[in-house]
Amino acid sequence: MTRNARWIWAAVLGLPLLAFACWGIWDNERLFFVTLLNGLTLASLYFIVASGFTLVFGLMRNVNLAHGSLYLLGGYVGYFVAEWSGYYVLALAVGFLAAALVGLVMQVAVFRFMQGEELRQTMVTIGLSIVMADLMLWIVSAQVHQMSAPDWLLGPIRDLPIIRAYSKFRISLLVIGVIIGVLLWLFLNRTRVGMMIRAGVDDRAMLAATGVNVNLVFAITFAIGAGLAGFGGVIGAVELSMVPGEDVRLLLACLIVVIVGGMGSVVGAAIGATILGVAETFGLAYTPTYSVVFTFVILVLVLAFRPRGILGRPA
Amino acid sequence: MSAAQWRHAMNAGAGRLAMGRRAPAPAATVRVPGATPAERRYLSLLAHIKARHVVVLLFVLAYPMFATPFLTYQIGAQSLALGLIVLSLTFLGGSGGMISLAQMSVAGVAGYMLAIFGSSGEPAISFGWPWWVAATIAVVIAIAAGTAVGWLSVRTEGIYTIMITLAVGVAFYHLCLQNYSIFNGFQGFQRVYAPTILGINFRDPMPFYYLALGCALGGYFLVKYVLRSPFGIALEGIRNNARRMNALGFAVTAHRVAAYAFAALLAAIGGLLFTWYNGLITPNSVGTSWLINVLIIAILGGLRHPIGPFIGAIVFVLLQNFAIDLIDRERFNLVIGGVFLAIVLFSPDGLIGIWATVKSKLITQRGGKS
Repeated sequence: MTRNARWIWAAVLGLPLLAFACWGIWDNERLFFVTLLNGLTLASLYFIVASGFTLVFGLMRNVNLAHGSLYLLGGYVGYFVAEWSGYYVLALAVGFLAAALVGLVMQVAVFRFMQGEELRQTMVTIGLSIVMADLMLWIVSAQVHQMSAPDWLLGPIRDLPIIRAYSKFRISLLVIGVIIGVLLWLFLNRTRVGMMIRAGVDDRAMLAATGVNVNLVFAITFAIGAGLAGFGGVIGAVELSMVPGEDVRLLLACLIVVIVGGMGSVVGAAIGATILGVAETFGLAYTPTYSVVFTFVILVLVLAFRPRGILGRPA
Repeated sequence: MSAAQWRHAMNAGAGRLAMGRRAPAPAATVRVPGATPAERRYLSLLAHIKARHVVVLLFVLAYPMFATPFLTYQIGAQSLALGLIVLSLTFLGGSGGMISLAQMSVAGVAGYMLAIFGSSGEPAISFGWPWWVAATIAVVIAIAAGTAVGWLSVRTEGIYTIMITLAVGVAFYHLCLQNYSIFNGFQGFQRVYAPTILGINFRDPMPFYYLALGCALGGYFLVKYVLRSPFGIALEGIRNNARRMNALGFAVTAHRVAAYAFAALLAAIGGLLFTWYNGLITPNSVGTSWLINVLIIAILGGLRHPIGPFIGAIVFVLLQNFAIDLIDRERFNLVIGGVFLAIVLFSPDGLIGIWATVKSKLITQRGGKS
């Protein structure tokens, strides 16, 4: 694409958005900025869950369609831990660990025996997600599990400019999202295991040839990816709520985030999550019955111009 | 993903197909002196027909004569309608190498359009046009929708296709759920009944069964015909190596989109039948569980042969109806998920694969004894 064409496309896509933003601010300042913040906090949740999904795909080419079930699992575990102990942070940790453990078992007991058979792995994850969803429905029943935020995150922050007050918990989500992003970046770029993972993303066979225990790297990555889903689940148990069916919703969000952002790229997941979260919230706030259409339009636009996603590279 | 990797994935995974299909080739050995070419072709066609084909055909034709109305309608007709929808997926996945999860959504588009243009329990939305006008419009719109899905997803390959079609399918579900002006939201459309033609009420089990059987047989033989046509063979070539076919001068994208359009036709007709069968269309009919169920049935039966979807559908429907007797009704998903996992883990070619393995074992045993 030449430079001019790029400018033209930026104008075609950007100007209506800019016009909408101006109109939104002029029409109802507070609604616009609250919606923007809501969108960013939702994006933060999407990023946490989708970064695990994209990490696993990037290294193992395994589309883990049971990712939503791991999210739900983490959420339920976190809910019961928080109810039992009363500590939110403990719930976060246990939710992460529980999902990571299940992910580890999946990788070691099932996927290791079908490496390179991507389609079959995907089918297996579909089967697993059905079984897991039904088991969880059996154990915890279909009722809504809504976790309350811990005391120190309850209530609003007051005296903010324009939007006046905003929920502390939602702000904490933004902070957690940024922390997770930074930690992931540090892990991938500054540690030895992270280096191996990045090398594996580029060329698995070469990584194995240099004497690295690829199975171990795979297991670690899968555990972290699954753990991030569980971690997101605990957050989601407060922000959204836990009912059967949420797993599919989050799985869909993950799919769109990584398709838009580019498969296997953590930065892409951040970009995709921001776009999806903001678009979804604005859609819900301004045109309630058609908000899904926005998501869909984004998907179509990205696929039409960048079939591998915004930051996707040919695999 | 490069073409080589994709080929590897398809060869190793569920798409290991078509190797056996061309096996009964020596049909040309039928030599009748003095026969015209047309007669010879007819005879070679006859030579393909084996005892099992005749038995199956007679069985499905005579089935409603001895089965109870429940078995005819709930098991027979439902399996045939579902099988037709799944056939569209196995056609795409088997010969095109494209696993599209949005086939149930395409069927759902047909069902919704039938309810909107025809008559339903929502006269405020439904146009109330005669059934054949509504059905024709529904099929045309569903084909357009299926082609659009295809156009969108052929830009990607392999697992990306699964993801994108799943995303499209779930987005359609949410649209149906949220939109009240066209899709009537959560309620959907009730009382979408099969018509009465020439005094035959197609809501009755036996006429509806034969209607479904006619459509299913038509779809089955149409797929068989298309697979042997130049188009079908080019499609298989594209599945095996898109780059090479492109170099040979085939329009790869056009072939793939055309395959989606053809699959949409099958799915649309299956969707009409399934809507009539249920008498209603709601967002649940196009929900995620149904998107996945279509894939489950396809894998259960096997992608290798167009009979697979119907076998898979029969097993699925039988499980759905009689799993209650085995365990709790609520636990149907556990049963079907477990069966699906077992098939994927142990027999990637589905029930047809098991049949083929058993047959080849029997043949080698017999050969060893003699």
